[in-house]
Amino acid sequence: MFAGWFAARGWTLREHQKQLLARAMAGRSSLLIAPTGAGKTLAGFLPSLVELAEIAPRPQRAHKLHTLYISPLKALAGDVLRNLTTPCAEMGLQLRIETRTGDTPPSKRQRQRANPPDILLTTPEQLCLLIASAHAHVFFADLRAVIIDEIHALAATKRGDLTALALARLQTWAPTHRRIGLSATVADPAALADWLAPTQNDIVVTAPGGAEPIVDVLDSGERIPWAGHTGRHAMGEVYEAIKAHKTTLVFVNTRAQAELTFQELWRLNEDTLPIALHHGSLDVAQRKRVESAMGVGALRAVVCTSTLDLGIDWGDVDLVIQMGAPKGSARLMQRIGRANHRWDEASRALLVPTNRFEVLECRAAKDAVGEGALDGSPARAGGLDCLAQHIMGVACSEPFDAELLWREISATQPYRDLDHLTFERVIDLVATGGYALRAYDRYRRIVKDLKTGLWRARDGRAAQQHRMNVGAIIEEPMLTVRYGYGGSEAVKGKSGKGPLRPGRKLGQIEEYFIEGLAPGDTFLFAGQILRFISLVETDALVAPAPQTQAPKIPSYAGGKFPLSTFLADRVRQIISNPEKWPALPVQVREWLALQKRASAIAKPNQLLVETFPRAGKYYLVCYPFDGRLAHQTLGMLLTRRLERAGKKPMGFVASDYAISVWGLEPMGDLDLGDLFHPDMLGDDLESWLAESALMKRTFRACAIIAGLIERRSPGAEKSGRQVTFSTDLIYDVLRSHEPDHVLLQAARADAAGGLLDISRLSDLLARIKGRIVHKDLAVISPFAVPLMLEVGREPIFGAAEEAILREAGEGMIAEARAGHQPLPDSAPA
Amino acid sequence: MMLSRPNPRKRPFAAPATPAAPIWSRTAMGLSFSLNGAVAEALPEGALWLKDFGVLILSDLHLEKGASYARRGQMLPPYDTRATLDRLAQVMAQLTPAIVVSLGDSFHERRSAEQLDPADLAQLQALIAMTDWVWILGNHDPAIPEHLAGARADAMPVGPLVLRHEPEAAPAPGEVAGHLHPCAKIAGHGRGVRARCFVTDGSRLVMPAFGAFTGGLNICDSAFAPLFPGRMEAALLAQGGIHPVGQDRLISDA
Repeated sequence: MFAGWFAARGWTLREHQKQLLARAMAGRSSLLIAPTGAGKTLAGFLPSLVELAEIAPRPQRAHKLHTLYISPLKALAGDVLRNLTTPCAEMGLQLRIETRTGDTPPSKRQRQRANPPDILLTTPEQLCLLIASAHAHVFFADLRAVIIDEIHALAATKRGDLTALALARLQTWAPTHRRIGLSATVADPAALADWLAPTQNDIVVTAPGGAEPIVDVLDSGERIPWAGHTGRHAMGEVYEAIKAHKTTLVFVNTRAQAELTFQELWRLNEDTLPIALHHGSLDVAQRKRVESAMGVGALRAVVCTSTLDLGIDWGDVDLVIQMGAPKGSARLMQRIGRANHRWDEASRALLVPTNRFEVLECRAAKDAVGEGALDGSPARAGGLDCLAQHIMGVACSEPFDAELLWREISATQPYRDLDHLTFERVIDLVATGGYALRAYDRYRRIVKDLKTGLWRARDGRAAQQHRMNVGAIIEEPMLTVRYGYGGSEAVKGKSGKGPLRPGRKLGQIEEYFIEGLAPGDTFLFAGQILRFISLVETDALVAPAPQTQAPKIPSYAGGKFPLSTFLADRVRQIISNPEKWPALPVQVREWLALQKRASAIAKPNQLLVETFPRAGKYYLVCYPFDGRLAHQTLGMLLTRRLERAGKKPMGFVASDYAISVWGLEPMGDLDLGDLFHPDMLGDDLESWLAESALMKRTFRACAIIAGLIERRSPGAEKSGRQVTFSTDLIYDVLRSHEPDHVLLQAARADAAGGLLDISRLSDLLARIKGRIVHKDLAVISPFAVPLMLEVGREPIFGAAEEAILREAGEGMIAEARAGHQPLPDSAPA
Repeated sequence: MMLSRPNPRKRPFAAPATPAAPIWSRTAMGLSFSLNGAVAEALPEGALWLKDFGVLILSDLHLEKGASYARRGQMLPPYDTRATLDRLAQVMAQLTPAIVVSLGDSFHERRSAEQLDPADLAQLQALIAMTDWVWILGNHDPAIPEHLAGARADAMPVGPLVLRHEPEAAPAPGEVAGHLHPCAKIAGHGRGVRARCFVTDGSRLVMPAFGAFTGGLNICDSAFAPLFPGRMEAALLAQGGIHPVGQDRLISDA
């Protein structure tokens, strides 16, 4: 049947597809590593279709769940459904193939549970929910195959932790099922294979690579800026490249960059080419319109963020432009792969550096892609918060034996090294919060049956609460951006009379961003400059602002992803080796040569530290090239130490490449070995973490995933804030009364690898210990110039808050001094 | 975090018809101001100190709030009572007040007082024994159980002031109340600060909540408008200090 269907299309099975089929028929799991366009999805499903073809023709057969497909993207499930339905229909295969996502109506879910489809296409979150439902083991008992798509984007994340735990559950319920992982090219396939099928060896199947991609770094005829991330100088050249190709994807690193690039391209767009914008904050309807226009080939270019890194294939893209440095070679490969999904044709990519340091990074990335060298994501231990959520889920589906569960989870790759004591502490966390003060023993969420020794959810309400909180995706609280009209505002021809009312929706924006705006502040959003008016419930009301002025508040500082360790190494190599300089644009070459004369060029394992005075302040600048996150943490810690050293630090700025701290006292006499000593990761780090907003955000995510606090459900907020509580307060109290609590332990582990990148900072400090090159200069160095111009200057912690408090307060006290009368005895009406 | 809607029909606070009333002056401990003729001091810890009368006032302790959430399945740290009492002990040691007034909602739930951890109970009893202690009764704790010493009252006069839990809707010169958990928000330089605050017009005062886990209601909320028809002054508790903020800088919540 299959051979006939293939032959009718003039197709033959490719080698890796045959291999996967043969392995599956032998009951073995496989990890398929293949470039885009290599027929991955078909390879994954073919064994299931062959098996189902044998049983499908039987009349009146009972449907059982045969194959479970898991994708990190909801949209992919729908796409795969369409791609399977057609061939099945053409071959006359009577199969039930259904999706189950957050959008699936409850009635359909119920029917699916009672009467499962042959193939279920779903997401990690829905799998967790299925696992936590009563009689889940019956539902999964006949499972033959699990297919995990885009596994490289899932494995080393918290969603991956939950998926690995769920897979272990399936292993217990359906011990003979096989697994197929589908992955893009990765640095370390063995690690991914270990995650997918920890008990099997030799499961990696590699499809032959497609044609070598053709990557160019734009050698701009314009002057390359010292700093900034706009790429404005090169926009004319970008526009010409778009004009010269059929369809172009323009990738940028942040939403703000997307906004700006889109705006600039349209300013130049004299031919009114159809150029669209796509990023995660735009209204869903608008994104869908862009996607479908793209699908039918109606667009010449889409400016997009990582929202289009994964997902549906568009065959017609013939150029990928990367605005700004790609930050990692694996991400760059993934993005390049979005062009031209015929695997035997070369993809074309153009890298557009937005400043001089980025020229070096783009060059390093191009070389890496040329060598096929990829940066891997570092291995991480499974999150304890995810484990807590899983344990609760297991208890909701059926009573469990702690020792058996311990063995089950120990078989997964993320939890292989978990010690038994920590496992017990996590069970206690689930049951009572796990506090040393045993205050909540009577309020257990899970209880142990004294006769059977089995744990179960206390009651239906506890199980229901759990189901409302499943998943590891913690969304930033978002606000809706809308035009406001009425009041004193007149928008789009509507009169300004009457009360201020919400109008058309523009998209979603992070609450914390709006929190920092005062009415009247301008910012860039949805392709235009907007003026913030006010907040009304969950709407941020805005009005159009003059499009000629620069927005007052930049919505980000630097790229969203930090420079990868791998690319950082390569950048350090390029800089330290003048033999590599001739390949660089002349402007950059001259800049490096000038730096060498005026200051120094460090070797790859050294750290250059410069100190110099400028405009009444004293600067300390260093160049570790270790990514913005690690640099920000280092900046915070350096500032504390400089404070103690009496240098009166006032602020610092961190980029992906360097850090600059400035203060009121000369810095030239510092003992730099002392200043950069790794012991700063001790007490200094601890006391900073106590008040770090990033740490509090990390803790909040852990507390929600672990089920310690509930997600904010929409609508629940309006009951009034005084009855709720802030997770910041909880963090403060827990930290001061039980600093070793298992959830704080989980948050610290996250902070080490996440927003604070402490693990990388620790590597940095070890690398440069005893290898600091100090230059005490009379004036600023060429390398330091870009830092002076960085927009995202970080004031030292709390200084900005203090400044506004001070301004507000001192203003009033001055007003008072200016001659108001003493208070009358009774207040005015 | 979301909150109820400010009335969009008018600006939250009309410009003052008369010059600013209360003017804070900084003291070693906090901010001093005149309240209906009495000298009052707002402290960064969130307590009010009436030095002339030796009276220390704190509002909305909400002791055992963590336990109350745990009963419903959210296992918040059980240390909120301890944290609140520790802070209170600190302020009392500093000031040695003759009278301490807990201005209502001292316990988060009716049954909270019976379920105190023994160590927390002992600390609370020791604090009560140090002074003349007054429980103003609130909506969360209409009665205080007998094993706790101290006087009970619905309201209490102190000089030109009257202390009660819930502010009256009508004009009430000299009233010191709690109940609303006032918070204020200001922004600038791309950053925002939202923190508990004292709010007053020089005639009456609403105190911030003192409890470790207590949230807050933005003073731009319509609940505050009838209490302060004229100008309203806030003193923010942030960064370990107390900071006066004029109403023209106040921002409502999302």
